Amino acid sequence: MARSVVIKNGRIIDPVNDVDGIADLLILDGRIAAPGDAVPDDVECIDVSGCWVVPGLIDMHVHLREPGEEYKEDILSGARAAASGGFTGVACMPNTRPVNDCRAVTSMILTQAAQASCRVYPVGAISKKSRGESLAEFGEMKEAGIVAVSDDGLPVRDSQLMRRALEYASDFGLAVISHSEEPSMSHGVMNEGVVSTRLGLKGIPAAAEAIMVYREIALAEYTGQQVHIAHVSTAMSTELIRSAKARGVQVTAETTPHYFTLTDEAVDGYNTNAKMNPPLRSEKDRQAIRQGLADGTFDAIATDHAPHSILEKEVEFDQAMNGIIGLETSLPLALALVRDGHIDEQQLISLMSTNPARILGLEAGTLAVGAVADVTVIHPDLGFTYTEDQVVSKSKNSPFLGWKLQGRAVLTVMGGAITHNLLQ
Amino acid sequence: MATGYFFSHRHILGIDHLSPEDIDHILNTAESFKEISARPIKKVPTLRGNTIINLFFEPSTRTRLSFEVAAKRMSADTFGISASTSSATKGETLIDTARNIAAMHPDIIIIRHAFSGSPHLLARHVDAAVINAGDGTHEHPSQGLLDMLTVREHKLRLDGLKIAIIGDILHSRVAHSDILGFTSMGSQVYVYGPATLIPPDLDKLGAVVCSSLKEAVQDADVVMTLRIQKERQNDPLIPSFREYAQCYGVTREVASWAKPDALIMHPGPINRGIELMPDVADGSQSVILEQVTNGVAVRMALLYLVMGNS
Repeated sequence: MARSVVIKNGRIIDPVNDVDGIADLLILDGRIAAPGDAVPDDVECIDVSGCWVVPGLIDMHVHLREPGEEYKEDILSGARAAASGGFTGVACMPNTRPVNDCRAVTSMILTQAAQASCRVYPVGAISKKSRGESLAEFGEMKEAGIVAVSDDGLPVRDSQLMRRALEYASDFGLAVISHSEEPSMSHGVMNEGVVSTRLGLKGIPAAAEAIMVYREIALAEYTGQQVHIAHVSTAMSTELIRSAKARGVQVTAETTPHYFTLTDEAVDGYNTNAKMNPPLRSEKDRQAIRQGLADGTFDAIATDHAPHSILEKEVEFDQAMNGIIGLETSLPLALALVRDGHIDEQQLISLMSTNPARILGLEAGTLAVGAVADVTVIHPDLGFTYTEDQVVSKSKNSPFLGWKLQGRAVLTVMGGAITHNLLQ
Repeated sequence: MATGYFFSHRHILGIDHLSPEDIDHILNTAESFKEISARPIKKVPTLRGNTIINLFFEPSTRTRLSFEVAAKRMSADTFGISASTSSATKGETLIDTARNIAAMHPDIIIIRHAFSGSPHLLARHVDAAVINAGDGTHEHPSQGLLDMLTVREHKLRLDGLKIAIIGDILHSRVAHSDILGFTSMGSQVYVYGPATLIPPDLDKLGAVVCSSLKEAVQDADVVMTLRIQKERQNDPLIPSFREYAQCYGVTREVASWAKPDALIMHPGPINRGIELMPDVADGSQSVILEQVTNGVAVRMALLYLVMGNS
């Protein structure tokens, strides 16, 4: 496979190197080359006038379902969906079957991922089988290739276990990612508010998230260790994270496109494609999330890509599984934030590439000369309607089906190899 | 009825999609059917040849019987299925059950289900008309309509009334349908109960959430109490029935705060001595059994009207 390509006439946006301007990007033998380097005659040139050329996007929170639930998604299909959404790397959560809590599972994931069309960064479990009882072997999983630990899908109920996880993870330079949810208040199926009252569905209050976010902040502050809060959905949590950061607590946080785009009104009609955990919240929460993205409270936009088949979704709302796919709609929805003036282009790239790379300690998120050539080319205005027949993921559980979206990745390059190309 | 009115609903999933004109029309139709139940031969041929399936995923005595009686008085053929919701994860899905039933070409499916929104799911997957006979904590439209019919018969109107609903509003699909229905018809619904049993943002649905029993019942035209349950799914809601009866129970004294001719209502089954004292339940103002009688008439009307749109 060709590992060299010249991407011509694009607007190169590379926040970590303070670059923003029209130029050609040279990729030779899988790495970013210097502008003056000699280019062999047979190297492909792609004109991307009008497009942005940015460090490859990284989604730090996805579920690839392999091993165990390959009928929903597998590593190769998830990676194809990622590449078509403009991602060159994804961090996959450990709640597979079996749980990724040991070297064998991590190695199996990475073996499969060797053939994938994006980089796959496994996240290991915090506790054995994610049962919240005892620590998993972080050191051995780190050796096998994990980039972080999390019991995502479930909160760590035991506060002492979480404290020990933060401390022990620091020995291995592993980020600890918290699924923040107070379990005793989380028996509902949607946000608690006027819509849950109207639909007669049991609610999950915003406080259920904020209580646990505060516990994680208190533990990070007390131990001096770092914690990352996953999929933040509420105004309350956003404010807690903002004020913790202001006093120097080592906390980072991500939110998702659905929390800054939709509200719990999307559940109307008992739409199971609007059911996820944490749930879609109120308009006030949505606005607070957007504000948090604008003012730097959030470090990352992640998708929480959670494929489910119709077996889990074409059922009663109470019975439906939580989660939606997101890899193919994340960038278009985030571009709407730029068009609306909530964030600028540099912030967008920081949120979707530079910062996730930094939090997970990846050699990525940069277009510096000599860096591995993971590159995404974005057409910021290209319109399309997201329909079921063009979904790349194995599962089709998206609340954005039928939406007219604007802007998307037109070229994705991983290590100099093209993994997605709409420019042909 | 205004000229040009047309009852356009294929399904009855909730009061929330019925207009005041629709409600009026249903109640007028029900009223005209009431005399059938008073005849020596309580049967008309209106729905002869129609097949009606009662699909009950939750135990029910009176609602199921009421729909069955209504269907038989209209000469429809009725069949009942009791299914268990607990098998949902390992057995047949609701949609598969529905498709199998639909393959036998029923005209109407009446569904009772523990999960809110199940009738909506069913309606998306079958050709038959779907009538919601109570879904989770969402709605119980036929009960809301029979409550309105009962009040209208006594008060001769449905606007400008004060309707007090006391008790577990959070888990009551009846309260939900009544709030939507009475509010839509121009009355004001006042609710009161333990704060643990008042759902959030209820005022946005048009109800007045009261801070005392007296505020709710004072000068009311109707006092409706709801069945109380002490605990649901490990959620501690009230400490004891004893305390509930003391603080929230409708006694003769509480009932006396309402207008002298106020109606006492309850959707049943009653916990006598807890949410409603026996002397009030059986007193001269009680219309609890009239509610049951009107239930048959309202359900006859619903069956008739949805068949008119098949």
